[in-house]
Amino acid sequence: MPNSPSDAPRRVTVQRKGPLLLEGPVEVELEDGTVVSSDRFRVALCTCRRSRRHPWCDTSHRDRA
Amino acid sequence: MENHLRGDGPLPAERDVAAAPVYGDDLQLALYLCYELHYRGFAGVSPDLEWDPALLRTRAALEERFLGALRADARRHDSVEDALAGLLVEPVDGTGVSHFLRDKGELWQLREYAALRSLYHLKEADPHAWVLPRLRGRAKAAMAAVEFDEYGGGRADRVHAHLFAELMTDLGLDTTYGRYLDAARAEVLVTVNLMSLFGLHRALRGALVGHFATVEITSSPGSRRLAEAMRRTGAGPAAEHFYDEHVEADAVHEQVVRHDVIGGLLEDEPHLERDIAFGVDATVFTEDLLGDRLLADWRAGRSCLRTPLPQDVTHTS
Repeated sequence: MPNSPSDAPRRVTVQRKGPLLLEGPVEVELEDGTVVSSDRFRVALCTCRRSRRHPWCDTSHRDRA
Repeated sequence: MENHLRGDGPLPAERDVAAAPVYGDDLQLALYLCYELHYRGFAGVSPDLEWDPALLRTRAALEERFLGALRADARRHDSVEDALAGLLVEPVDGTGVSHFLRDKGELWQLREYAALRSLYHLKEADPHAWVLPRLRGRAKAAMAAVEFDEYGGGRADRVHAHLFAELMTDLGLDTTYGRYLDAARAEVLVTVNLMSLFGLHRALRGALVGHFATVEITSSPGSRRLAEAMRRTGAGPAAEHFYDEHVEADAVHEQVVRHDVIGGLLEDEPHLERDIAFGVDATVFTEDLLGDRLLADWRAGRSCLRTPLPQDVTHTS
């Protein structure tokens, strides 16, 4: 049986340096159970844990000089 | 020039165009007036002048000088990666305008900054929309997606230009389109003319993409500092929101522009690499020109406007 388009796997882009990129919209459940959402076409999730807007990327992963 | 637009004056003579300081008031204002006809025009100026051959000839002469100067004066990189590398490192002790405003900006300086930036932000994303028909495939789809976000994702109350107008209201500024053109110094006009120049010429599509990438890459950390400045001075919720929104939005846009717009364009048209790098370099150069001017004025306690703003700030929020 052919899959409907919604069954297509959702692509997540992983980078060695930088946020996880997901197709939006997304809901993110945080450790304390709260759910935050973003309805952008693409969403950048912080992986470096330095973001001040957790769970969203705020470019804090950048090198400092 | 202004009189020509109103219908009864001469255009600048060739020798005047050749003799005017290239980043100075006369040349940059003349160019700005030519370009504005492609956006929303001026009251009392015929919209037909947008494609007036004599005016376009004058514009071409002005552009030749501007573009030539930028190619000569900007620090140039041959590859996109090299051009962007410096932007992707955050200085610990930055000395730019947003650092100054975060640390010691006063409300009058934030008002001046917003008045000057309104020349761009009230048409935010517009010059970049011109590149869409000139892109294909991955680059086009990604560019359109970012522009859609800039235009509020289909919601008028989220259009970034509208969010900026609300910031201006918080700061007691007049949100009328073009209201602060007369107050702006040449260095401000240079930054807006740059994007109009790149946006209006298909031959400069690579440079336009480089410009967009530079704006998106530098915006997120800069916006965080400006949001802090707005909070510290009690500028108002809409003033904070404009920059808070850009911290998050542009962290995403940066990724999409680098990977898909630049990546897609380079795949499609690899010969544009130097043009994209030039767009980055020219943007950095013109932003530095403006930043130096603003900081020199503010550090001396001077207004950076040609005509000072009315003093009374009336909060409406």
